[in-house]
Amino acid sequence: MLEQILVLLPQVLFDGLILGFIYAMIALGYTMVYGVLELINFAHSEIFMIGAVTGVEVFRYLAPLIPNGYLLLLVAVVVGAAVAGLTAILVERMAYRPLRRRGTTNRLVPLVTAIGVSFFLQDLVRLIEGLWHNEFFLRMRTVPDLEGSFTLFGGAIFLQTKSVIVVVVSVLMLLGLTYLVNRTKLGMAIRAVAQDLSTASLMGINPDQIISRTFLIGGALGGVAGVLFALIYTTINPYVGFLPGIKAFTAAVLGGIGNIPGAMLGGLVLGQLENFFGTYLPILTAGNFGTEYKDVVAFLILIFILLFRPQGLLGQMVKEKV
Amino acid sequence: MRKIGLLVAGAVALGMALGQTNVIKIATQSPLSGPQAALGEQIKLGAELAVEEAKERFKALGFELVLVPYDDQANPDVGVANANRIINDPDILGVVGHLNSGVAIPSSEVYARVNLVMVSPANTNPVVTDRKLPNVNRIVGRDDVQGPAGAEFAYNELKLRRVFVIHDKTAYGQGLAEEFRKRFEALGGRVVAFIGTEEQSNFVPIINQIRAQNPQLVYFGGIYSQIGPFTKQLRERGLRVPLMGGDGLDSSEFERLAGSQNAKGAYYTTVAGPVSAFPQAKALAERFKAKYGKDIEGFGIYAYDAARVILTALENAIKANGGRKPTRAQVAQEVRKVRLQGITGTIEFDDKGDIKKAKYFVMQVAGTGNWAENKLIRVIEVAAPQK
Repeated sequence: MLEQILVLLPQVLFDGLILGFIYAMIALGYTMVYGVLELINFAHSEIFMIGAVTGVEVFRYLAPLIPNGYLLLLVAVVVGAAVAGLTAILVERMAYRPLRRRGTTNRLVPLVTAIGVSFFLQDLVRLIEGLWHNEFFLRMRTVPDLEGSFTLFGGAIFLQTKSVIVVVVSVLMLLGLTYLVNRTKLGMAIRAVAQDLSTASLMGINPDQIISRTFLIGGALGGVAGVLFALIYTTINPYVGFLPGIKAFTAAVLGGIGNIPGAMLGGLVLGQLENFFGTYLPILTAGNFGTEYKDVVAFLILIFILLFRPQGLLGQMVKEKV
Repeated sequence: MRKIGLLVAGAVALGMALGQTNVIKIATQSPLSGPQAALGEQIKLGAELAVEEAKERFKALGFELVLVPYDDQANPDVGVANANRIINDPDILGVVGHLNSGVAIPSSEVYARVNLVMVSPANTNPVVTDRKLPNVNRIVGRDDVQGPAGAEFAYNELKLRRVFVIHDKTAYGQGLAEEFRKRFEALGGRVVAFIGTEEQSNFVPIINQIRAQNPQLVYFGGIYSQIGPFTKQLRERGLRVPLMGGDGLDSSEFERLAGSQNAKGAYYTTVAGPVSAFPQAKALAERFKAKYGKDIEGFGIYAYDAARVILTALENAIKANGGRKPTRAQVAQEVRKVRLQGITGTIEFDDKGDIKKAKYFVMQVAGTGNWAENKLIRVIEVAAPQK
């Protein structure tokens, strides 16, 4: 048993890392919106899904035109980010801003709206794809350039080019986002709005504009994550956002919601837990518990972590704003 | 006002009286709209062809034969609503349907209220006949025999001994996988892992386990929507282990999701054989093509046979009834007594309504992008289990 575990371990750690980076990318979107509005934007999982669907469509139509796989992926990522980011802005405009204008203070109202928007987007995409291609399961087109694979450490780790791309892109995204939030004027405005929306507006910041941009950035990140998700796992459908969305939200909470490096860390921890137990549960329990329990175990562990550190791994205890 | 009402009532009564004497209707229920419409249409057209060909014979007996198609939309609610309309039409004496077991089970309970006979060309769930309703019959095999049929093929024909079994945790997939495991172990093979998963996209943890166990075959009890992406990821990760599944894999969609190269060589068992599996189907295929302008597929052939079972029973019932229109109960009784040499083989029912000897087809994906080119590897005939 131990031997089996050790033989697979490098591979499992690496696969968990890739899954973790995908969760982390989605978690960044949750964390940014929460940081600014203290709103849990449950529609973010659908923004992610829209990114994935856009990626599939870009590959479907542009693959014959763009022979270079990397260029094609770049186009898909950019278009996916744009479409997802714009959808996020639209959602904010149509669903959240009117509530804010009315001065709704109840936190549950935007939360329920977010869930409603989420269902709406799922069925909208299903309708569009149904009318357009009459397909429910969308398959990412295979591009030879991106299909390479190699082994490391004498075959201990099997690597696909695609997975390396995911790691590189998400690290770049994290660095870019950290830079944006901490070093640019927009970042400063976002932090100001996050700290105190009404005071920031007195300082010459247009809060609606900043909130829109926050949604744009968060949505674009979710869109990129969606494109990469479709690239790696190859088949998606209009309801594919739900589980990764819930898990990324958990990751954001685990890392300390509102905290950007925290979201990244939370995603990585969750990816490792899920992949570790997904692979090893049947081996560890001699086949009594199968892979189907991986999420149960992963979430149980998360609950324990949060019992001891309720503010999340990197979060700080914040006093409730009065 | 009262006079008009009386007149209308009289006209209706007259119409019913006239209708009852010489019209016999056969209904079909199958999805005619939605994603499964292509399969459902085959059922409708197959039955229609059989009815058209029998029209002259029934005219000689003094009856006008009519086919009435219903669209169940692969939805149990719609199926039951249609079933209620069907039992309220006294001229309908038999139903060919359904495509989905989930629709057939509740709908057949409605038919059972008036003893209206149903002959299914497609339903494989054991529950369909295990309820022992006197009006429910099927001419295809059962899921609980399909798994063992696959196991015997893997053990005896492919000579494989170490199998990794995955299922999708549904009644269909898990049931299939469990029956496969039981028979495979009884034969002396080893099931190295038995894993359920509802995962739709990330199969990496399972693939890593397969890598560690190094099995000779992966058996997946599930539907193409899951097996397709699983297969793609498995092959992309460089594992060339053979793959096998049940009729949930029997869809060109499997090849699309997995990619032709990756799908190539996968085995699957199915209860509805391809046209090429039946020597007598060639002439039928030509008549079908000439009439409807499209190719007949597995379910079309089965629906043709299912309709012929009902028509044969009807003729026998009419004769037994002295040339008068039989009751629904009489037709249902006659169906159980039918022994018919159909296109798909000998059709005879046991006391539950299962076909006495069902055929199971082991197929192999050709990987050419054309699902119809898949190779027929073997035909296994198995008797329905008597529990």
